Amino acid sequence: MLSLVGILIILIGFIRKYNPIAVVLTAGIVTGLVSGIDIVRILDILGTTFVKTRYMSLFLITLPVIGLLERFGLRERAVTLIKSIKSVTSGRILIIYTFFRELAAAFSLRLGGHVQFIRPLVHPMAQGAAEKNFNEIDENEEDIIKGHSAAAENYANFFGQNVFPAAGGVLLVVGTLETFDITVIPLEVSKAALPVAVIAFVFAIIQNILLDRKLKKNHTKQTQKANA
Amino acid sequence: MKTIILEIMYILAGLVAVAAAFNALKDKKHPHPKETAAFWGIFGLIFLFGKYVPGYVIGVLIIVIGILAALNRVSNGSMETAEESERAKSAEKLGNKIFIPALTIGVVAFLVAQYIKSLGSLVGLGFGAIIASIVAILMTRAKVKHIPYEGGRLLLSVGAAAILPQLLTALGALFNEAGVGEVISHAIGGIIPQGNILAGVIAYCLGMALFTMIMGNAFAAFAVITTGIGIPFVFSQGANPTIAGILALTAGYCGTLMTPMAANFNVVPAAILNTQNKNRVIISQMPLAFALLITHIILMYTLAF
Repeated sequence: MLSLVGILIILIGFIRKYNPIAVVLTAGIVTGLVSGIDIVRILDILGTTFVKTRYMSLFLITLPVIGLLERFGLRERAVTLIKSIKSVTSGRILIIYTFFRELAAAFSLRLGGHVQFIRPLVHPMAQGAAEKNFNEIDENEEDIIKGHSAAAENYANFFGQNVFPAAGGVLLVVGTLETFDITVIPLEVSKAALPVAVIAFVFAIIQNILLDRKLKKNHTKQTQKANA
Repeated sequence: MKTIILEIMYILAGLVAVAAAFNALKDKKHPHPKETAAFWGIFGLIFLFGKYVPGYVIGVLIIVIGILAALNRVSNGSMETAEESERAKSAEKLGNKIFIPALTIGVVAFLVAQYIKSLGSLVGLGFGAIIASIVAILMTRAKVKHIPYEGGRLLLSVGAAAILPQLLTALGALFNEAGVGEVISHAIGGIIPQGNILAGVIAYCLGMALFTMIMGNAFAAFAVITTGIGIPFVFSQGANPTIAGILALTAGYCGTLMTPMAANFNVVPAAILNTQNKNRVIISQMPLAFALLITHIILMYTLAF
């Protein structure tokens, strides 16, 4: 029973927002100590596993080229592309963004983000489309469009990224299972991520079509009232 | 062959970390240049020489970088890339060609993983990065010194959290050695009927989502829940580990969509968009997250068995 104290440390540490690295290390060491593993063996397991899992941090070698491309306007060009989306409704703008963002994630392209894309670009476009279509958008509708805009980024990022065979999530699955002597291959794991990637996108399409319908319904009601 | 190539890749990755260390030292406005440089320097050295050093020595080094991170001495600093006007001008000049090197990484990684199975996706990722770098330099005529500078700059902006997946796997290994899994499975063995596949699948998916919601981090939940529920109640019943493993992780992501604990994804965006309701992003995501979580249970039950 005592060995569960590590899980408790993790829970409390993450909830209290202590530094996650410190929380994880403390949890590991305390769990080892209360279970009667001596400290040298604990350090050895820690170090050996860390060296064995260096592949999880192999994305480091992609950083120089990505940084270089940023220097030469990678982000600025992506902004131009997104601005060129010609779409008539809020929902469709968000669907198109989700599609390209998810595709980029599947190719491990770190292009996206709430600060970089949703706030300055995607949300203003979705909001603008609604204003153009329905003249006046009330505060509640405005809030919903904001929520859906931020959500589009999360859906695409979360469920697209593991389609890439060297994604962090894929390697975490490979590495964790390896500690239980279960061997899986990254490429196969990433292929197994495909159904969820597709279904998540389909769900996002449905949600955004529903958004368009809802906005339309709200406003036809208002026009009918105004006419009556 | 693969091992040698991979070891070279680790050296290259280590050099990016060493570059980050030098960048931090040279950054005059950095709040903690020495500590940050020590963090990335040690991390880089583990990549370069880790294979030739006893495990417990690496363990001590990890404790050292853990302490540096815990004291919040590892930070980004003030490194800049090119001026905005320059970036805009170059984006204009290069047009969509600028995406070619970026996509090269992914395409090469996929091709190597698919067609040169003996090398695998990791070597593919490394080849992709190297080829992409060459293409990018030829295309932009960038100075070679920009390569370590920009790599170090990006790594500093990613920050200390970059090492978390490796630490979490090490935690999993420690949990395993301490027998944490057996204790949990013993404790909840009474709740989840033994030998019932569907019950195990439901417990694994819901456990991932719930634990992620509490901790705000699916990676951390994966190490814990796989030890406690995944291994004894799903994998031991003959699940295909490839399918069940990744589905469990993304079941956790469904939890991420539903929790304010995942502040970066749900709370910060609501703040920067100035929503009236500060839980707006979570409210928007709730129906999809819930439907997708049910989908995970169905997929794991049907595809992994």
